Formats: sequence, structure tokens, C-alpha cells
Amino acid sequence: MPQIDEELNRLREKLLEMWDLVDYQLTSGRDAMANADHELAQRIIKLERKVNSYDIKIDRLCENFLALYTPVAVDLRAVLAVLKINTNLERIGDTAEGMARFVCKLDRPFDPELVELTKVLVMYDEALVMFRECRTAFVKDDPKHAKQIIKLDKALNKIYRKSDVVITNYLQANSDRIPEGLALLSIIKKLERVGDQVTNMAEEIIFYREAKVVKHKGKKKKKD
Amino acid sequence: MTKRQSKLEAINLDAYYGDFQALKNINIAMEEKAVTAFIGPSGCGKSTFLRTFNRMNDYIDGFRTEGQILLDGRDIYATDVRVDELRKEVGMVFQKPNPFPKTIFENVVYGLKIQGIKDKKTLQETCEKSLQQAALWNEVKDKLDKSALALSGGQQQRLCIARALAIQPSVILMDEPASALDPISTAKIEELIYELKKDYTIVIVTHNMQQAGRVSDHTAFFYMGELVEYAKTKTMFTSPKDTRTQNYITGRFG
Repeated sequence: MPQIDEELNRLREKLLEMWDLVDYQLTSGRDAMANADHELAQRIIKLERKVNSYDIKIDRLCENFLALYTPVAVDLRAVLAVLKINTNLERIGDTAEGMARFVCKLDRPFDPELVELTKVLVMYDEALVMFRECRTAFVKDDPKHAKQIIKLDKALNKIYRKSDVVITNYLQANSDRIPEGLALLSIIKKLERVGDQVTNMAEEIIFYREAKVVKHKGKKKKKD
Repeated sequence: MTKRQSKLEAINLDAYYGDFQALKNINIAMEEKAVTAFIGPSGCGKSTFLRTFNRMNDYIDGFRTEGQILLDGRDIYATDVRVDELRKEVGMVFQKPNPFPKTIFENVVYGLKIQGIKDKKTLQETCEKSLQQAALWNEVKDKLDKSALALSGGQQQRLCIARALAIQPSVILMDEPASALDPISTAKIEELIYELKKDYTIVIVTHNMQQAGRVSDHTAFFYMGELVEYAKTKTMFTSPKDTRTQNYITGRFG
């Protein structure tokens, strides 16, 4: 195998290790939220330092790769994609940490009625599917798969758009649960961001494989 | 966007060394006052092609071409074309600096003297202008009467560029002009190419991918005598269309 391919594989492997770490944060975040599990939430928060060190390590590996191999074409796009996916993974890790901090403030699980009304668990599961499928698309270098993932973001956005009204109505009827309602609203907002970040990552896979820039295309159409 | 005029053009060009076909049906149009880089593995035909533009291959036994090479729309292989006139129009710089064993001044004005120009003032003015254009004037202005062979490799190569510029060509062909130079001299040559393209059409053969990326506006990739891909350099080095181009520029050829 050419040396440049070995180096690229090293980069990919490091990124996948980080991906698994953030997967653990995100998956555990769902359980921690559903059960108001403070201990699990603390573990997610602690993992953030490890995710950050991966972020720095991958940045450094990319910098070295660019300096030593001066890649072009598909190799250049590969390293640019790794750099950007790395940034998005780190932010998803931050988001998982932020959600875990809300869980730490809960003294009991969210009201099941509120959970049902807002569809937050449906949203969470959808975000997890997006996140994991994106990993598969990256491992398989599959831009078609990546395009399918981008479409999944619509479901998250739909739930997010309705959440304001749903939670406002709920709080009007349950004024003693304002902190809980606001915390859930914040978590929903964070999940919506996770959907956007996974979309960014999927767009990078398409750019890497097909040399096509697909980001911001959807927004343009909406404006038209 | 307005289309710039083609300075050089090859139409259905085939070239042979005896029975061996070195170039196969090449079609390409190169812009005026721009830099075009030829890349490709050794033996792919890029240097042969470069040398057709000033008919340097004419000296090689058994060499012949079919098809056309146009300079400003005129076929340079037409029977009425005088090769010495053509070479005034199309200068050349080689891989290895090749100054004559003469003074710096004599090297620069060599072409002019061959043309019969004897006026001292004209020679001096051309010498200074050419050396300035070649970014060498400040380094040699006080030793024009010294031997060119005493200059460093990088300076010798810029002297050869000045010598090519002195006869006022409109096209400059460069066959790996920096491959024998250190990084500092290479950077100077590259900077010079960037400056010269304001006034000249430059065609450069290079094995250095980064150099092609830095200095050229368009890049042509040759393989086994064929022109595989010709595109804007930034397109070529970010998203080449042909797998062979991609394999070559990423170092995975063969």
C-alpha cells in the first residue's frame, strides 16, 4: 500500500475512534435523560476532555499530512473532509455534554406526558440513526448513503418547529413545571443542532467522494 | 467571460520518431499571455510536444509530424516558414542552465548579434532590459564583463531566460526549468514565470506537481503520447475528470 494511503488510513482510524466516543456520549445521553441518571450524565460530561484531545490530535495529524504530503485531488478532499467531520464531531460531543448538564439538574425523569407530547425521544432516536448511518457512509465511502442521511434531517426539524407551541401549551397547563419544560426545550434545540451537524458531515462525505459541494444548496432553494 | 485568443494551437497532431508514434492526435489550444503546464510520466510525449512549437525536433533523424501546429493562427510547419524566424518568436529555456562560455553581456546579446545588430547602445539597453525582466540585473549589473560560468546555477538559469527574452519572443518554452535548482532558485524562477506571463505566453514542462499547481493557469496531462486531460490548473488538481490523471497527480500511477 502506498505510504500516502497508510497515512490516510491512520487519519480515518483516529476519526472513527473519536466517532465511537461521541456515539457513546450521545447514546448514553438518551438513557441518562430518560431515567434522570445523574451518574451516567457525569460520565458523559467527563468524556468531553477525551473528545477534545482527539479533536486536537486529528487536527495535528491533518496539519502534518498537508505539510508532508501536499495532497491533491481525492487525497486533498479526503483530508479536508476529515478536518471538517472532526470539527462537527467535537461539536456533537459538546452538545451531548450540554444535554447531560441539563440531566444533572433534574431531580426526577421528565413528565411522560411532556415527553410524549414533544416527541423528544422519537427525535433523539432519529438523531442517533442519522449519526450512526453517517459513520457507515464514511466507512464505506458511500456518497449515496450520505445523501439519504441528509433527508432524515427533515423529521428532526419538523419536531423542533412544533416544540415551541407544544411546550408553551404544556406550561400554561402545568405552571409548576417551568424549569422542566425549559430544559426539555433546550434539549430539543440541541438535538436539532445534532441533525444539522450530522448533515454537515454527510455533505463532507459527498464532497470527498464526488468532488461536489452540496452544502447550502437546500437553503438556496427555499429562498428561491 | 470573454474568450482570450489562442496563441498556440495543435490540430490533429501526430509525431513520429521513425516507426514509433510519440504523439497521437493531439488537439489543444493555449491562451495568449498565460502559463500552460505539461505534465506526465517520462516518455509520455510532453517534451516532444513542447519541442514541436519551435521545431527543435527537426534535427532528429526520422522525426516527422502530421497535423498542424498554429502560432497566431499560422501553421509553423508550412513550407514557407523560416525556422530561424520562428525561433525568434518562440524562445526556449532548457532543464540544465546552458550559458555560453562567454561574458554575461555576450550571453544576453548573443541572439541579437547573430541577427546582425551591432549598435552598442541597442545592445546595452536590451541587455539591461532583459536582465531586469529576468530578475537578475541587480545581481550582475557590476560584473557584466565577467564569465557567465562563474554564476550560480539559479543565476545561470535566469541568465538563459534573459538570453531568450533579448530576442523579444512572444512565446517562451521551458523544459523543466527548475528541476536542477535548489528551492530558493526555484522560487525565483517561479516568481519570474508569474511576472513574465503578463507579456509572454509560456509553456512549461515539469515533473513537479506542486510547481505546475503554483505557476500555471492551465495544465495538460499526457500519457503514452495522448493528451488525456486539459483543464484549468485548479480544476485539474482538485477534481480531475480522468482516473489516469488522478492516479498520476496523486502519485499512484501504474
